[in-house]
Amino acid sequence: MHFGLAFSLIAVGLFSCKKTVSDRTANAPALNPANLDLNAGTWKTVLLSRADTFAVAVPAATNSTAYIADLNEIKSFQHNLTGDQEAAIKYWAAGGTLRWNEIMRELTAKYNLPPYQNPDGSYPIPSSANPFAYPLFPFANPPYAARAFAYVSAAQYDALVACWFYKTKYNRPAPYKVDSSVQAIGINKTDLPSYPSEAAVLAGATAEMMKLLFPDEIGNINLLAQQQENAMIMAGAAARSDVTAGEALGRQVAQQFIARGRADNAGKAVGTPTDWTNFETVAIAKGEIPWYSLEVPKRNPMLPFFGNVKSFLLDSATVVSLRPGPPPSTGSDQMKQETDEVYNYIKNPSRDQIRIVQFWADGVGTYTPPGHWDAIAAEDFMQKNYSEVRFARNLNLLNLTLMDAAIVCWDTKYFYFNPRPTQLNSSIKTLTGIPNFPAYISGHSTFSGAAAALLSYIIPENASKYNSMAAEASNSRLIGGIHYRSDVSVGLDVGKSVGTYAIDRGQTDGASD
Amino acid sequence: MLTDKKFKIIPIYVLLIAAGYQECLAQTNNDAIMMNKHQFCNGISYAYSTWTSYWEGTLKRTNENLGRVTTQELMYMPNYGITDNLNVMAAVPYVWTHASAGTLHGLSGFQDFSIDVKWRPLKTDLGPGKFSLFLVGGLSTPITNYVIDFLPMSIGLGSTNLLGRAIVHYQIGKFFVRGSGAYIWRSNVKLDRTAYFTTEQHNTNEVEMPDLAVFNGSLGYHYKYIIAEAMVDNNTTLGGFDMRRNDGPFPSNRMNSTAITAHVKYTFPFYTHVSIDAVGSQVVGGRNVGQATSFMIGAYYVFSFKSGQNSSSQKK
Repeated sequence: MHFGLAFSLIAVGLFSCKKTVSDRTANAPALNPANLDLNAGTWKTVLLSRADTFAVAVPAATNSTAYIADLNEIKSFQHNLTGDQEAAIKYWAAGGTLRWNEIMRELTAKYNLPPYQNPDGSYPIPSSANPFAYPLFPFANPPYAARAFAYVSAAQYDALVACWFYKTKYNRPAPYKVDSSVQAIGINKTDLPSYPSEAAVLAGATAEMMKLLFPDEIGNINLLAQQQENAMIMAGAAARSDVTAGEALGRQVAQQFIARGRADNAGKAVGTPTDWTNFETVAIAKGEIPWYSLEVPKRNPMLPFFGNVKSFLLDSATVVSLRPGPPPSTGSDQMKQETDEVYNYIKNPSRDQIRIVQFWADGVGTYTPPGHWDAIAAEDFMQKNYSEVRFARNLNLLNLTLMDAAIVCWDTKYFYFNPRPTQLNSSIKTLTGIPNFPAYISGHSTFSGAAAALLSYIIPENASKYNSMAAEASNSRLIGGIHYRSDVSVGLDVGKSVGTYAIDRGQTDGASD
Repeated sequence: MLTDKKFKIIPIYVLLIAAGYQECLAQTNNDAIMMNKHQFCNGISYAYSTWTSYWEGTLKRTNENLGRVTTQELMYMPNYGITDNLNVMAAVPYVWTHASAGTLHGLSGFQDFSIDVKWRPLKTDLGPGKFSLFLVGGLSTPITNYVIDFLPMSIGLGSTNLLGRAIVHYQIGKFFVRGSGAYIWRSNVKLDRTAYFTTEQHNTNEVEMPDLAVFNGSLGYHYKYIIAEAMVDNNTTLGGFDMRRNDGPFPSNRMNSTAITAHVKYTFPFYTHVSIDAVGSQVVGGRNVGQATSFMIGAYYVFSFKSGQNSSSQKK
């Protein structure tokens, strides 16, 4: 009977229906720089006092037995690459800075989970001294993430500047240039000298930074670093000696950043119960309604002293100068009006409103707003055919300014310690979770204002796109019910001011066209 | 940052299929009743489902930032007998969600339209009783573009589903035993955001949705105007991942549940066009779902397009 046949056909069809999803960058083409940026060894570094702070030994000559052994290693791989090895080449050939940024976004999302409460209603704090105990270290919330992205990007950038210095000092060509029987597999041939290997420099710098930022991941990231190095050897881009020198250089540069990171006040950002109560006392003494946690049980405010973290671009006086004036007083008519405005947005939300809120929410379990702007930037940078060092320089400027946005924003939030809209009107239900820190100014707005300003400098033809994205990201927090208009409009302006410092750096770092 | 602990029960659609009370009269896509040829049934039902405990992966817990999560559903179900052995039925639900604590906004809207075709290829005497085999093919798909990535407040998971089910039924005198197994293929879904983390990061807005397997067993009494049965329903998600500690739920979580359900149907003896039924269900075991207590009441009106068949009497 034909129903039976139809039934079996449907059943067969179901089982053969493939549903695998691929990432946007899964098929990213190999890096294809329009300009090798051979002068990058002269670009201004973030922390290194000079490009040749760390010595890199003179490489062996290309006709030496040591180098010939390196070439033989490459050829031995290239004669029978496995499918996995070819996939690794394809993955890393798209760009080391790009792929490490994707990995950093993944780590941030993985560690962005707030700790569950203790039986007594207090909350445990992740400990870098005991990172494997619950709650795992770190809790990769937005300020932590902004700082992590910045430290990794800055270490990568400084290490690549040093790398380019030595590349152009020693001028040892790539293996596929030295020996015509070495192929360039999955990569584009260029005239970029290959000693030390930029891939290995990135691998060493990033893997080393995990010791400070994601200690539970040191092992996993070391394996990925090895995978990147091996992939570039198998691709014919680098000899083993290029890689060994590069990884050592990257790790040494990163160690300077780690030393700075252990003394930049981030370790003191959590505060104590006395501190947390003190914020309330000060606000009440000013005649204001203070911020209270809307979580049950009440959670301690997130990183109240993050505003004291040492910026790479701003001194502490500048951080204070960027702090905006106060929000409307909690008892004022303007505050009442702004609270009513929030309520009106959420009482009957449209589907498109929810879409905008969700697109920009970047909350728990995600890569946070800095990660989102990194994703936007990295995917736009992929279209621009930057060299590895320029990609790193651009991403570094973005992440330095996002870290500054976090510092200035958090300084402002805890200086004023103002309440969330739902505190002033408990019938305000929200379209995304309410973050556990004061409202004024909005983090999303500050991050987005800074990112849009900096990215508009790097890619001017995209300026109107970045500015409208920043406006939408900022506004999403108001229409989602978690911020007042003052938070988002002042936050966006503060963000733009923060961004100018990274633009100034970009204009003077020697990399501008 | 974000402090909500989002979480969700199995969508009502699936739960209702599993409990066998989704559609009209004694006729659902998971029972042994057939409409006669040219009989048409209209049904309306109201369902209420609530939980305070849920399984975060396999860890049972409550969440003071959600409190009691409640889902309600109003559904219209038409049902038609093409032949005595081939029926087609549909359902249109409207769902709304609410959390008693915390700050998350509840959501509401038309959820998933479903249509099922039920075929009885075999009905035969077997020993002292009667044995029947039923095969069901079904399709469901969202009627509106509702938000899926806001669990447990989302009204559904947003996938288009294809269902294939086999039901075996054996009736001796007034008692029966029934079992069924179903496979539900689910399409991928798209989020509003462009990246998400499951056990690894995905830089896309598309989510791969695992399929479901559904099993039911029922023991019951069916005589004249009354049907009363006790059921066990199991839903197993064939893939997906667990919520981590203090993480929120996500559409492609590995959602499993086992529920105990009681169901009573009554047809009015003096006006057999009309029937009512009631269901009570309790989830007793689960993974990435709420420990939901649910009840449903329904009312049905049957008439025939052919003269001479104006009662709801059903052949079994």
